[in-house]
Amino acid sequence: MYFDSLGAILHMDGHGSYVWSAYLITLIVLAMLLLVPRRRQRRILQQLDGELRRRQGTPMALDEES
Amino acid sequence: MHPVRKQRLLLVLFIVLFSSAAIGLVTYALRGNINLFFPPAEVAAGMAPPGQPIRVGGMVAEGSVRRSEDSLLVRFDLTDFQASVPVEYEGILPDLFDEGQGAVASGRLNARGVLEATEVLAKHDENYMPPEVADALEKSGYDHKGNKQ
Amino acid sequence: MWTFFHKLGSPPWLYSISGTILRWLLPITLVALAAGIVWGLLFTAPDFRQGNSYRIIYIHVPAAVVALAGYYVMAIAGAISLIWKMKMADVAMKACAPIGAALTFIALVTGSIWGKPTWGTWWVWDARITSMLILLFLYLGVVALYEAYDNKEAAGKACAVLSLVGMVNIPIIYKSVDWWYSLHQPASIKFTGESSIDPSMLYPLLLMISAFYALFTCCLLMNMRAELLEREARTNWVQRLAKQEGRS
Repeated sequence: MYFDSLGAILHMDGHGSYVWSAYLITLIVLAMLLLVPRRRQRRILQQLDGELRRRQGTPMALDEES
Repeated sequence: MHPVRKQRLLLVLFIVLFSSAAIGLVTYALRGNINLFFPPAEVAAGMAPPGQPIRVGGMVAEGSVRRSEDSLLVRFDLTDFQASVPVEYEGILPDLFDEGQGAVASGRLNARGVLEATEVLAKHDENYMPPEVADALEKSGYDHKGNKQ
Repeated sequence: MWTFFHKLGSPPWLYSISGTILRWLLPITLVALAAGIVWGLLFTAPDFRQGNSYRIIYIHVPAAVVALAGYYVMAIAGAISLIWKMKMADVAMKACAPIGAALTFIALVTGSIWGKPTWGTWWVWDARITSMLILLFLYLGVVALYEAYDNKEAAGKACAVLSLVGMVNIPIIYKSVDWWYSLHQPASIKFTGESSIDPSMLYPLLLMISAFYALFTCCLLMNMRAELLEREARTNWVQRLAKQEGRS
């Protein structure tokens, strides 16, 4: 490793704030890219499941849907 | 191929080619304005308009940097090895600014042919290497681009 | 051959196979990203001229490279959607746009942060940077255009045309540093001849570029899956899925 201590890693010879802010912003955006579609998928399935369970009271409705 | 689909394919190709040609022509026509950049040779030849904001880029000539004692005023020459342009700048220079390195100065040419710069940026090339490799190259007589000194 | 394309056009088939792919591609992507970042940040030497600020290269270049490649994916999907009226291609095109926008944003922001300690400025209107900004506007334009139409088919057509018109921007971005005097330096990774970046620094960079390609693929598939579920909500296969997984 090219750094002696955690302090050296954070400081990066004076360039620490540049390097770390760039990496942090990137990781936040990448995390959003991965999490947003997953959340959307879950939400759609949950909503649909809720809808179907509510409609189970009227058995005719399901046949009409398909 | 299905005739309707063939028609659509031709439409797609037309869209791509036409837009590329249109944008390409506009870009080509405006190339002088996009650049607004003058190499020192053109400045020396009088092609740069005095008094207007322009950019001059080249290498900071070796031995040309003179800093003032009591202010941030710096004088240096930008060269492209065909001609030299004197530059005056008051302010903090970028860390990478150095003699023998690339730089771009923006400002106005005054009556004496000196570029009064409002901004000086350092330009670096595409070479990346560890310091040890650079040292080894220097010791064996090469610059970091691999050219013999 | 045609049966493959036919299958590709089937939403339940694509949903199922993308699920299988993601199950192994997503962990690999995350491991590759983590390994590449740790390698680049801690286990490579600082640059002889730029010092530690050059370490931003390990996120800036991969984001930019994949942002460019992703645009072609989006434009070609748009073309297929226009020519063959293939709905799946339309879904793919819509899925690409936000990912491309995010990657272009990362490239611009990390580039700006890198520019301050090296060039001495947060921003400059040189050819490379300006054309990358245009790329961001194109991606955002596709995202916005989709929302502007109520009719999905009309929206798809408009977005496909916009993607195709913007295709010329990609070679412009790539060649901008060679055609015009720009502050941004030329490419370090050369496909013919020797690269001007030391091997010890090149290898983690190649790993990160591969990781970002894998990431793009994962996000594309995930976006497509969500979009398919929404569009096909009234069908049997989605409703069966909802009953199976809705409560998880």
